[in-house]
Amino acid sequence: MTGSLRLNPIKCKAEGLCAELFPERIHLDAWGYPIIEPGAIPDELLGHAQRAVDACPRLALILQGTP
Amino acid sequence: MSTAMVAAPALPRLLTANQRPESLNEHLQHVGPPPTSRSEADRWELIATLERSGLRGRGGAGFPVGTKWRSVATQARMAGGKAVVLANAAEGEPASAKDRVLLARRPHLVLDGALLGAQAIGAAEVVVYVCRGMVETRRTVESAIHERRAARLKEPRVRIALAPDRYVAGEESAAVHRINGGDAKPTFLQFRPFERGIHGAPTLVQNVESLAHAALIARFGDDWFRETGRESSPGTCLLTVHDTIHQPRVHEVEFGSTIGEVLRASGPAPDPQAVLLGGYFGAWLPWAKAENLVLDYAALRAAQVSLGCGVLLALPVDRCGLAEGARIFSYLARETAGQCGPCVYGLRAVADVFWRLAFGRVRASDVSQIESWAQQIVARGACRHPDGAIGMLRSCLTTFAGEIRDHLQRGPCPAALHAQPVAPIPGPEEGWR
Repeated sequence: MTGSLRLNPIKCKAEGLCAELFPERIHLDAWGYPIIEPGAIPDELLGHAQRAVDACPRLALILQGTP
Repeated sequence: MSTAMVAAPALPRLLTANQRPESLNEHLQHVGPPPTSRSEADRWELIATLERSGLRGRGGAGFPVGTKWRSVATQARMAGGKAVVLANAAEGEPASAKDRVLLARRPHLVLDGALLGAQAIGAAEVVVYVCRGMVETRRTVESAIHERRAARLKEPRVRIALAPDRYVAGEESAAVHRINGGDAKPTFLQFRPFERGIHGAPTLVQNVESLAHAALIARFGDDWFRETGRESSPGTCLLTVHDTIHQPRVHEVEFGSTIGEVLRASGPAPDPQAVLLGGYFGAWLPWAKAENLVLDYAALRAAQVSLGCGVLLALPVDRCGLAEGARIFSYLARETAGQCGPCVYGLRAVADVFWRLAFGRVRASDVSQIESWAQQIVARGACRHPDGAIGMLRSCLTTFAGEIRDHLQRGPCPAALHAQPVAPIPGPEEGWR
């Protein structure tokens, strides 16, 4: 099981928690909006990814699983 | 009267010379009635004909029309037969006039295309989506709908829906959202309109020029369609041509023509310094690269440009490409739907520096800043609005690299400050319905 992160850019309001919690794959642009590195997230990082998803107050971040 | 009695149209195929809209009778005399698909097999055969024709969408993305009809038809079968056709005439591109010119002459040909689409996918409803500001177009389509009702043609209901005069209102998810009762802003949903669109039903969203071509292909066949144009880019296309010498004009052009030939068709004019092809999401090209460039999807892609919505704008030598680019970019930044951060803040930030590059003073580091911002903005919106704006920006910075050096050294050139703008820029719009 691997996963990948997807952002709903309309919901996102640049709260910035995701980049705080998952700097391995998410950093912020010049205006505070997250840029997500493309590609599958390895197992050992899935926990961090899930925490970033759970922390988003706008529910803008989605972790999609691919079995 | 059967189609067999009507001669297949020569060129022009779409842009006939009539100044008033063709009546239903004139239309039927001209091209005959559209074929009726009685069986399921007929419907799939029409779709297969469109696929063989090689017709691509003319709203901007250039997606193969037959493939789209097949996807929607397949979705509609799975959805238990519910489907809708959205004939897209929301020509929000300020420099484009082809859709309104086409509807002003051949409203019934466009409606035929939409109704053939409805037959093929099994839709019981057709919605013609028109901008509020296109008052004449709306009246023409209304009368055409009334004429067909009066003639008691057995065909699905056609109605008009109005779009606000905004750049992104014609984007397909925005169009569907507007028709479903919301703002004409793009959406970010799990399903695309071809899966779940108007009233949640699979929806065929198709530009009106594409529908007009489809209506002719359904009558005269894919071989006829391929008689003109090129193997890889068959048929003709409508282009809106702007230079500063002649009034903007809509031409029907065969694929395989060069940009130079298209411009000279408007009448004699001195060679321009550059062209913008594809509208405000399009790309600038210096004249040396543009003049002999062939209108052909593959050739255009190789030159990193595209036909887009069919706008060709020629920039005379006494104008400033940076000024034109900056005006267009600022307009696009203003026309953001205001939903996605990179589009709202990113385009605004770039527009501010781009404007100063054209009309004020900047440093070389400001230009590098624009390029770095541009990289951050692309592919991060719910729709392609920011990507389109950034594409135009990048081609502008490349094409007018010499002008950038001059502006950096000496400030804005006299042409930027004093010459009449070439690209039309509408005033501010309010509201999204």
